[in-house]
Amino acid sequence: MPYASLRERSAVLIGRVAGAATRRLGRGGGTALPGLVASRIAPGLLSTFARALADGVVTVTGTNGKTTTAHLLTAIARADGREVVANDSGSNMERGLVSMFVDASGSDGAHRLGVLEIDEAELPRLYSRLRPRVAVFLNLFRDQLDRYGEVDSVAEGWASALAAADAGSTETTLVLNADDPSVARLAVHSGGPVVTFGVDDPAAALPGREHAADARFCACGARFEYSAVHMGHVGHWRCPACGEARAAPDVSARRIVLQADRTEVDFTIAGEPCRLTLPLAGLYSVYNALAAAAAAHALGIAADVITASLAQAAPAFGRQEEFALDGRTVRMWLAKNPTGLNEVLRALVAAGPSLCLLVLLNDGIQDGRDVSWIYDADVERLTPLAPSVVCSGDRAADLGLRFALAGIEPALVEPDAERALDAALARTPAGGRLEIVPTYTAMLHMRELLARRTGVASYWEDTRT
Amino acid sequence: MTAEHPPIRLLTLYDDVMNVYADRGNAIAIQARARARGLAVEARSVSLGDPLPDAADLLLIGGGQDREQRRIADELAGRGERLRAWADDGVAMLAVCGGFQLFGHWYRDTAGDELPGAGVFDVTTVAPGPGWPRCIGDVLAQATEDGIGEVVGFENHGGRTYLGARARPFAMVEFGYGNNGADGTEGAVRDRAIGTYLHGSVLPKNPALIDHLLAGALSHRAGNTVRLAPLPAGYAERAHAAAAAVARARAPRFDRSVRPAV
Repeated sequence: MPYASLRERSAVLIGRVAGAATRRLGRGGGTALPGLVASRIAPGLLSTFARALADGVVTVTGTNGKTTTAHLLTAIARADGREVVANDSGSNMERGLVSMFVDASGSDGAHRLGVLEIDEAELPRLYSRLRPRVAVFLNLFRDQLDRYGEVDSVAEGWASALAAADAGSTETTLVLNADDPSVARLAVHSGGPVVTFGVDDPAAALPGREHAADARFCACGARFEYSAVHMGHVGHWRCPACGEARAAPDVSARRIVLQADRTEVDFTIAGEPCRLTLPLAGLYSVYNALAAAAAAHALGIAADVITASLAQAAPAFGRQEEFALDGRTVRMWLAKNPTGLNEVLRALVAAGPSLCLLVLLNDGIQDGRDVSWIYDADVERLTPLAPSVVCSGDRAADLGLRFALAGIEPALVEPDAERALDAALARTPAGGRLEIVPTYTAMLHMRELLARRTGVASYWEDTRT
Repeated sequence: MTAEHPPIRLLTLYDDVMNVYADRGNAIAIQARARARGLAVEARSVSLGDPLPDAADLLLIGGGQDREQRRIADELAGRGERLRAWADDGVAMLAVCGGFQLFGHWYRDTAGDELPGAGVFDVTTVAPGPGWPRCIGDVLAQATEDGIGEVVGFENHGGRTYLGARARPFAMVEFGYGNNGADGTEGAVRDRAIGTYLHGSVLPKNPALIDHLLAGALSHRAGNTVRLAPLPAGYAERAHAAAAAVARARAPRFDRSVRPAV
């Protein structure tokens, strides 16, 4: 670790001991504690670590798709022969980032690229300290209003972080979602290059607006008009009053065929057409792949390397991960906010018609204490399929009511996750597939249950390979 | 009952603007409960620039951020006289959070700007600005109207609402903060109109409150007092019990000294 002071070096050592101790005690993955301890001792540690990365830092932020996008970008960069450090356990606050660096600090830091997913509310605090080479902004949806406050305040935080860093940031390339007006307009705060990504397939458009659309109004006050809506407020937008409008993206998806467990897609990367089969389902996965491709392009990685790695992408943990259990395939779809759940439901409708579902709603701090958001999601999309649904989690009763109101009588409402899993498996025909849709902490819990039963590694072991 | 009553005219106000906390669940729950009771509902929404219909029996408005409140405030205030006349005429109403604030006389937002309200409720609201935390968390309160009983939900508001001399609280808080964290009141009532800070969405898991609004709407439609028979308990009662347990376990028990923690 070049540049590090003696104090910083001791902080790293102490942090490591703390991490090893928590893991040995079986108190979880130790993904936050080493960072907490180390940055308490040496508050400047994060900047020191970031500066030491010879290949620079890529930040990935947004409401949905951070983990998957960072995961895909990591795979692309490794295929390009780069050595990558990444916080792929999803620990995306300052202490998680420092923990990751503490763990990775044993090996040579030269020629390294940092691929860091950053919590959207933390980004303003961390942006100037990380001084990213590439900053990816995915989307901005309503999420955990009890924790983040109002959606608008997150957008304001991003804009002021970029504006504050602008003087020295001509070396930062912004990678922006052209289809999300709250993200696309960040371009005005950039002093450096901008690479945009978006979807250009008329078949991807929804028949109408979704209920959970957030950026409905332009900064000038007029209501946006859409020629195509892809999800929430994301699509082909324009302001009829001031004329601000979506610009043609640099990296685009032109033909998208959504299937039950994969997506055929034609990409254009800076004018170069490529065709691939993405081994992930759902339009939101196409957006994540586009963002990863655009960031890789900004790093100077060739289009053929990008498409070849995307075609072999493995899912990030809990995101369309598959397990074999009791003669059934179990697939897990993290869904933590209305737009995320809407996109998962859309992908599940494509995977129908006979759906066996286990849905888990927790109300921990990381899930959001307020479970109102389930009423924003269009659960009614599943009604025509008459799926078999087991509702579980701390707020199983709220979930059962939500499905009942959508005209889907739950097969079972069982708060205990393990009993619910057994019941849902029993309701899934042998050789069939059980789709599990959990909120964040429910996903961690469910993944531990599945790891124990199938022998798949725990997430923290998984990320240390 | 279907044959005896013409459809309930359900009106949702600005539901494409004031929708940030999923208050859409209230309309979903009303429709489902009416269906379960064999009652017909004729739903329509009115947004910015749309004219108000000639009549309605049940009116809903949800919560929104300051930005969205600024967008609708002038138009809504301009409709205040109409809405107050409807309230006096016994139209059932449910105004939630930001919608409740704008159904008061005025709301002074975090920027210090005073937004005019529709004046349906004799309440005023002040967003106290920096240094004052939002009131966020689970709520359990006892409704002041007969037959509603315990209500549960989730509050998330910066503004502090104070009742005027002519306002009655909708409920008294047992767990949570309520209108202002100081006087124990939650929401407001005027005839069949109810204002509240509760999300959840509030109606799905408070079936007694839906029945209160439905009975009010039917009475308005029929011109005489209609009472509804109870329905057997189901998912709504289970969700209510679960939310009540959560509020008791982790929301602060209300007492006058309680303030939201910074």
